[in-house]
Amino acid sequence: MIPLSWIFFLSLSLFTIGIFGVLARRNLLFILISLELMLNAVVLLFIAGSRYHPTSIANSDGQIMYILILTLAASEIAIGLSLVIHMYRQHHHLDIDKLNQLRD
Amino acid sequence: MTLFILLFIPLIGGMLAWYSEKFNANLPKKIALVSLLCCWLPLFSPLNNIIFNDNSFALSQWLLNEPHSWIPIFNIGAHLAMDGLSLLLIVLTLLMGLVALSSAWHEITKRTGFFYLNLLWTLAGVIGVFLAIDLFLFFVFWEVMLVPMYFLISIWGYENRHYAAIKFFIFTQAGGLLMLLSLCALVGVHFQQTGLLTFDYIILLQNPISGDLAFWIALGFTIAFLVKLPALPFHSWLPDAHTQAPTAASVILAAVLLKTGGYGIIRFVLPLFPDASLILAPSMMLIGVIGIIYGAMMAFVQTDLKRLVAYSSVSHMGFVLLGCFAFNIYALQGAVMQMLAHGISTSALFVLVGMIQHRYHTRDLNKLGGLWSKLPKLSAFGLFFGIASLGMPGLGNFVAEFLILLGSFEQYPKLTIFAASGLILAAIYSLLLIYKTFFGQIKGPHDSKISDTNTKEWVTLLSMCFILIYLGLHPQPFFDLTYTSLTNLTFIPSNIGS
Amino acid sequence: MTYYASLLSLIPLLPLFSALILLFSKPNKLTTALLAVGSISGAACISLFLNFVFWQQTDFVLTSNLGNWIKIAQLHINFSLYLDALSLVMITIITGVGALIHLYSIGFMYQDKDFKRYFTYLNLFVSAMLFLVLADNLLLLYLGWEGVGLCSYLLIGFWYQDRDNNLAANKAFLMTRIGDTAMALGLFLLFIELGTLNIQDLQVQALSVWSSSNNNMANLCCLLLLGGALGKSAQFPLQNWLPDAMAGPTPVSALIHAATMVTAGIYLIARNSQLFQMAPDVMYLIAFIGTITLLLGASAAMVQSDLKRILAYSTISQLGYMFLALGVGAGASAVFHLMTHAFFKALLFLSAGALIYSLHHEHNIFKMGGLLKKLPIVATSFAIGCAALASLPFTSGFFSKELILEQLIDSGHTNFWWAAVLGAFITAFYSARLFFVVFLGDSKQSPDKQPEKIMSLVLLLLCFFSLFGGIQPSGIQTLMPKLNASGLTTLQHWLPIVLPFIAISLAWWMFKTNLFGKTITVPALQYFHQLLKSGWAFDRIYQVIFVSPFKFLCQLNKSDIIDLHYRALEKISKLLHKKFSQFQNGKLRCYNASLIIFCVLAFAWFIKGALMS
Repeated sequence: MIPLSWIFFLSLSLFTIGIFGVLARRNLLFILISLELMLNAVVLLFIAGSRYHPTSIANSDGQIMYILILTLAASEIAIGLSLVIHMYRQHHHLDIDKLNQLRD
Repeated sequence: MTLFILLFIPLIGGMLAWYSEKFNANLPKKIALVSLLCCWLPLFSPLNNIIFNDNSFALSQWLLNEPHSWIPIFNIGAHLAMDGLSLLLIVLTLLMGLVALSSAWHEITKRTGFFYLNLLWTLAGVIGVFLAIDLFLFFVFWEVMLVPMYFLISIWGYENRHYAAIKFFIFTQAGGLLMLLSLCALVGVHFQQTGLLTFDYIILLQNPISGDLAFWIALGFTIAFLVKLPALPFHSWLPDAHTQAPTAASVILAAVLLKTGGYGIIRFVLPLFPDASLILAPSMMLIGVIGIIYGAMMAFVQTDLKRLVAYSSVSHMGFVLLGCFAFNIYALQGAVMQMLAHGISTSALFVLVGMIQHRYHTRDLNKLGGLWSKLPKLSAFGLFFGIASLGMPGLGNFVAEFLILLGSFEQYPKLTIFAASGLILAAIYSLLLIYKTFFGQIKGPHDSKISDTNTKEWVTLLSMCFILIYLGLHPQPFFDLTYTSLTNLTFIPSNIGS
Repeated sequence: MTYYASLLSLIPLLPLFSALILLFSKPNKLTTALLAVGSISGAACISLFLNFVFWQQTDFVLTSNLGNWIKIAQLHINFSLYLDALSLVMITIITGVGALIHLYSIGFMYQDKDFKRYFTYLNLFVSAMLFLVLADNLLLLYLGWEGVGLCSYLLIGFWYQDRDNNLAANKAFLMTRIGDTAMALGLFLLFIELGTLNIQDLQVQALSVWSSSNNNMANLCCLLLLGGALGKSAQFPLQNWLPDAMAGPTPVSALIHAATMVTAGIYLIARNSQLFQMAPDVMYLIAFIGTITLLLGASAAMVQSDLKRILAYSTISQLGYMFLALGVGAGASAVFHLMTHAFFKALLFLSAGALIYSLHHEHNIFKMGGLLKKLPIVATSFAIGCAALASLPFTSGFFSKELILEQLIDSGHTNFWWAAVLGAFITAFYSARLFFVVFLGDSKQSPDKQPEKIMSLVLLLLCFFSLFGGIQPSGIQTLMPKLNASGLTTLQHWLPIVLPFIAISLAWWMFKTNLFGKTITVPALQYFHQLLKSGWAFDRIYQVIFVSPFKFLCQLNKSDIIDLHYRALEKISKLLHKKFSQFQNGKLRCYNASLIIFCVLAFAWFIKGALMS
């Protein structure tokens, strides 16, 4: 079995890439994708945690969390994408730096 | 119930005036007039007693005393009472209410209903302040008179009204907050010392609290009242508020709102904290004297007529502060007289400035001049009230200033000498006002449509002249009326002081 | 006595009522004149009648109470009138000269469109002046005192279209107000020390409370009262408002600034003579100030070219004589000189008024000349006035000034005597100069109209008084303790009589050699001439010392330093608002970044805490 630290590392890199994506990208669509990436990094950690836990046979909390997060991510992306489509129809672009009317 | 009726008439009248605007834009001012006149009805019996039967009132301090329960859990009562002092100030309030109404009659054309609502509610708040004997109720009225005044300035004011209104509100609100804190502290300390939780002035009066804390509480109250007076470091809201307020609001502000500060000191600070106010007295008198000189010097350099009058108010109210803390009967009587006389003379000046602005659309001293040749009656009134504000003997202001200075000279001769220089400075700015406005040649082309005072203005101003002359030549009834209240209130300090 | 008392109260009330009626009605000119002159004449008749009643009596007292003013604790002030020998003399002068000047004013002011306003002010003035001299307490006196100041202000600035007049009025009011404030402080001090403001009680109380003579408190009180007197009577430090006050109509100058109001200070000191006796230092100061003023005024009068300014400086100088007399304890002669001065100075002013009236408001004496034949009545009355002013023998001014000089010697103040004699010399010199320049020599301008008949009538009446008014009223002789006469030396007797003639001859010589009105070429002399002409440059000194610094100080603070603090508070909170609101820029990525930074920092801090423990 691969060591736990590898999975940790993978998850951390995925999360960081996600954060970087959220911070660096200006396109709303890519931000959503980066968000998904971050969620998946966490999900990976959950699964690894559940698998490597001493009572892994009896304890499936991690997997349950995975299902939960997956559902959450699906609904989030559904709402998010619909907003993105709406926004695109209104503004004809998805640049969040220009979408700052809430400032004042 | 008399006092409650007195209080509710303007409140209800204001609501009616607001509602009636829907039917006719001219209706609100008539309703306001009727309700102001109705306010005199409840005063009829005490006035009648005093005028025709003048021995009975001297025996008891309170002419009318109406305690009611309000929030029993904290022992807060709806306790109203009236003595000679508050009667006098209420009469002044109602008179000046009429003057304000007269000056607003043609000036206010937009949102009349809401205007008269605010006007009447301010008056109701002031009447409440003069009547409330329960400290919590006093605080409530203290706040009630602010909000409508804020609207009066910020809706119907002149060019820079929002700034002025907000400044006014923040200053007085800060003072009010300080008062609320000291009020709670006072009640708390009283509860600790006697085990009795009460907001009632008469009960609090029986056990004056002492100690270090008393000094701080007294200071809190005093500062709250100083803001309203306004005394020196807290005066700067006044010129802005006066300059921007519509004439009617200026009249109310100068004639009655400022007087609540002096009233508060006489009614609450001096009797509730006799020891602390003795400690405070020298510094307060110093503030008063600085205020007299500073206000007069500021008035001298103003080019805006309203600002000039406003700063002269600061100077005149310095005399009130001086009189309040001189701890003897002459100065106190003088302070009360100054409140009356200043209320009338200064608001008359504001009315006049309002008339000038209505006719010439400017308040700039450098753009005015030579009004005497075109508007002799108005100018004669201007001359009269200018002379009154410099303290001409025979008018109320002189009696007041004379008594205040006489009283304070006894204990603080050096301070009083500086205060007396206010008499010279007052002459400087008053003469400047008269000189720049009424004398010389008229500037620019004169519009022949501009007319002299009409009957309504003439009657208003003339009656104010007569009141001032009466105050100046026959002030004795007023002294007698307040004598009991003042000697009752100040017996402790005066014994210690002399 | 109640009958007399009600008559007494009528004296000040008649002009007051007349003023009020004039104020609130719109009478035509004839009714106005009748009402105004009638009321004053009524008052004058009553005072003449009272004179008749109390003829030759010296210690009579008549009081009348018009009501209660202020009564608090110990302070009892009534509107009470008090008539004794001194106030009887005063009211006779005021109502008598007042009535004459009112009469004269009808002619002088008839063309003016503000005829009614003029007489309203004038009546009000007379009423206030009468209250001043009849008051039985100092507060009522103060009311009259400020009242005459107010009327003086109103009348100096009567022609308000010209702002210079109003500036002069403001100056007069403010300078007297400075003195008045000192006087008010004196009232406070007197009340606190002696417990009363009633004038008669004060004199009694002063004797008992300040038993030791030259008490410091007595000196202080008298000094403060003196402050008021200095302002009102245009004495040394506060004298320079009077020449400017000539901006008013000439009858006003005659009534207010020569005959009555400016003598209020002398009255005040004479009225409180016992009080002032307790303060010998202040008395000496009064004599000293009087001397300075009389020399200062007389020297300034020598070089003026404005007709009315000459008379104004002359008034200052003559008031100095009265102060000098008061200061050496010769109150009776001061009041006597006050009376004769009221006659001849009113005469001079009214003749000057007639001149100005005939000559198109010409004030410069060097543009007049040779008017003797063209305006004979004016010239005669001017001559008589000048003679009385120069105290030529057998005029009224002669008797009163001689008396003062004599009493200076009697009281042993020889230095003051020399100064006074020098003053008399200068007085005679400038009177002669004035008369010669205006009435003799070449004619430069011819009058376009003769003075009205009514004006001439008044002038003739006043001529009579100026010539024969030198009978000292018996009442005031006992006013002050008589000084023991030490007898005069021959020099002391004859010098004051001869000197005026020498002065007149000198003036005649200078006039003949055309020295007057010549431009001066010697620089030092020119400088001195300028100095004298500006009245010893007091205006400029006060401008530099008081007015400019005051204005500067006020201007400096125009935007209200205290308010600046509050505005700074406002600025600071606005600045903070701006800074903090920059974080809310609407950029999602910034929000994210700050969120993440915060989380990382919090996490790091948390871990650090965990590691430490």
